[in-house]
Amino acid sequence: MTTPDVHEDGRVRRPVTERRLHPITPFRRAWAPVAVLIGWALHDPDQAQRQLTRLTTTTLLVALGVLLPAAALYGFLTWWFTHFAVTGSELRIRTGLLFRRTAHIRLERIQAIDVTQPLLARVAGVAKLRLDVIGTDKKDELAFLGADEARALRAELLARAAGFAPETAHEVGEAPSRQMLRVPPGVLAVSLLLTGATWGWLVVAAVALPLLWTATHSLWTVLAAAVPMLGAVGAGSVGRFVTEYDWTLGESPDGLRIDHGLLDRAHETVPPGRVQTVRLVEPLLWRRRGWVRVELDVAGSSNSLLLPVAPRELAESVVARVLPGVSVPPRETLVPPPRRARWCVPVWWRGYGLAVTDAVFATRHGLLRRSLSLVPHAKVQSVRLVQGPWQRARGVADVVVDTGANKSVTARLRDATEAAALLRSQAERSRTGRRDALPDRWMA
Amino acid sequence: METGSPQNTGPAETGATAQAAGPVAGAESEPARTESEPAGTESEPAGTEGEPVWIALPPGLLKMRRLLLVVWLGLLALAAGLVPGLLAGPGWAAFAALPLAVLVWGWVMLERNWRSWRYAERADDLLLSRGVLWRQETVVPYGRMQLVEVTSGPVERHFGLASVQLHTAAAATDATVPGLVPAEAERLRDRLTELGEARSAGL
Repeated sequence: MTTPDVHEDGRVRRPVTERRLHPITPFRRAWAPVAVLIGWALHDPDQAQRQLTRLTTTTLLVALGVLLPAAALYGFLTWWFTHFAVTGSELRIRTGLLFRRTAHIRLERIQAIDVTQPLLARVAGVAKLRLDVIGTDKKDELAFLGADEARALRAELLARAAGFAPETAHEVGEAPSRQMLRVPPGVLAVSLLLTGATWGWLVVAAVALPLLWTATHSLWTVLAAAVPMLGAVGAGSVGRFVTEYDWTLGESPDGLRIDHGLLDRAHETVPPGRVQTVRLVEPLLWRRRGWVRVELDVAGSSNSLLLPVAPRELAESVVARVLPGVSVPPRETLVPPPRRARWCVPVWWRGYGLAVTDAVFATRHGLLRRSLSLVPHAKVQSVRLVQGPWQRARGVADVVVDTGANKSVTARLRDATEAAALLRSQAERSRTGRRDALPDRWMA
Repeated sequence: METGSPQNTGPAETGATAQAAGPVAGAESEPARTESEPAGTESEPAGTEGEPVWIALPPGLLKMRRLLLVVWLGLLALAAGLVPGLLAGPGWAAFAALPLAVLVWGWVMLERNWRSWRYAERADDLLLSRGVLWRQETVVPYGRMQLVEVTSGPVERHFGLASVQLHTAAAATDATVPGLVPAEAERLRDRLTELGEARSAGL
C-alpha cells in the first residue's frame, strides 16, 4: 500500500511505503481474558465454583459464539488499522480504530532502539521493536514484526538516523558489530550469589517466619508473609540470572550493542553520544574479586544496565569506549570531603569523593557498596549549589549536576569555597565541553 | 560575598524595563544603580568577566505574599478567637494569639526569603540564587534551555507580576524567577530565547 507523501512545499516526493505489522499481532493479548478469569477464580474460589455449576452448555456456547468473534474482530481491526512507514527523516506510526493516533518520530532524536523477543514470540519467530525518544512517556513500539524484518528495520532506522542517504539506507544493512565482552554464566551466577540483598531477604525470612508461626499459629499468615519475601529473593537471584544471562556487549558504527536474556532475548542498541551518565557500582562482597557492575543512563530510555558484572580493568576499558575520551579516575585521585564534614554525615562521609578531569565530573558515594558516577561535561544541563543551615555552620556545601536523563549527580559535602568555585568552573566546562561532541547524525 | 541581601548587589544593569519595577528595597543605602544602556542589546552585562551583576526581585512579590499572609492568618485568628471565645468563655479567645504570632514571624520571614532571591545574566549562563536557611544557587547555560515560559496566575496578575520559568532537558533543573514585572519578564524571556538560539546545543 502506497500513499504519495505531500510535503509543505507542495511537491510530491518519492512515495512512502506503508507497512503492516506481523499477522500474528492480534493474538498478543489473547491471554488477557483468560488471565482475568483465572485471577477471578483464584481470588474467590467459592463463588467461582457456584457460578461454574450454574453454567449450562447452551449459555457457554452462546457466550463463546459472541465473545470469540467479537475479540477476533477487535484484534483483526486493530491490526488492520496499524501502519508504519519510514521516510527520510521520520518513522511514522498510524494506529487506532476509533481514536486515531499518528506518531512521527524524528530519527535523529532516537536515543535507543531495542529489539526484544519474549519467550512465546521466539517460538513464533517474531520480535518487538521499541524506540526510546526523549520526552515521551509512552514508549513507541512496533509489536510484532517478523524477527528478520525487525532486524532489517532496525538497521534501516539506524542507517537513516546516522545520516546515510535515503536511497542507500536500505542497502547499508546491519552495521558490522565487534564483540567487546561476554559475561560467562558462571561468573554471573557467582556474582548474584555474592549479592547482599538476596541473603538479607533470606535472613529476614529465616528469622521472621518462625517468629510469626509461634505468635499466630496460622499457616495463612505465615504464607502471606513468606510469598513476598521469597519473591524478592527469587527476583534478586533467579530473575536477574534469567534476564542477564549471556550478556554480550558489542561495538558497531551504529553504537553500542547489548544482547542478553535466557528466555526473553533482548537486543538493545544505543547510538553514539547518547549516554548521559555511567555508574560503576562495587558491592562489598565483590570487592575481593575486583568485580564491578556498570550502569548507564540514556535520556528517555529505561535501559540502565551496561554490564552486570565484569573485572574492574575490563569495565574501565568499556567505559572509555562508551564515553569517548573519558578515563575512569583512579581511586587515589578522588578527593574526600574535609574532615569537618563528619559532623554532617557521621561515618559515611568517608565514602564521598570527587574528581573533575578535563572530560568528566566524577563523584563517589557509599562506604560498603561503593558507587562511582561519571558525567561527561558535555552532558551537564545545569549546575546547582545547595547548602542547608547545618552544612553552612560547618562550611560545607553540595554541588548537584543535572543531566538530560533526569538523573542528578551530587558531589556531597565539599568545602564551601571550593564548592562555589566548582559551581562556576563546572558551568564553564559544561558549556565548552559540547564543542567537540558528536553531531546528532553521527555518520553525516 | 553573596549574603543573599540586595545590599550586596552592587551596581546593577537593570535596563529600562527593570527600572519600571521602582526602587528596590534596601538599595537606597547603596550608590544609585547605574543606568547603563538597556539590557538585551549587544553589550553584555558589565560583570561578564568578574563578579556577576545580581538583580533583585521587585518589591511587588513581597507585598503580594504579605497581603496573602495577613488575609489568611487574619481569618484564622478571627476564627480561633471567636469560636472558643463564644463557646467556652472570653478567656479562651486567647487562642487567637497563636495565629497572630505566626503572622508576625511569617511577616519577617517573607522579607528574608524575598531578599534572598536574585538572578544574574552572564554572557553564557543565567545565575539564580535563593533561600535563607537552605541556600541554593543554580547555573543554567543558555545553550541548554529547551523552553522559557512566562506564567502569571490570577492573584499575580492582580498585583502586576509574572514568573519566568526555564526548562532544560533535565527535569531536576528548577529555575524559576518569580514576581517580576511583566515587561521585565518578557524582556528576560526574549533575551533568554535569543541567547538560547544563538548558543543552542543538543542533549
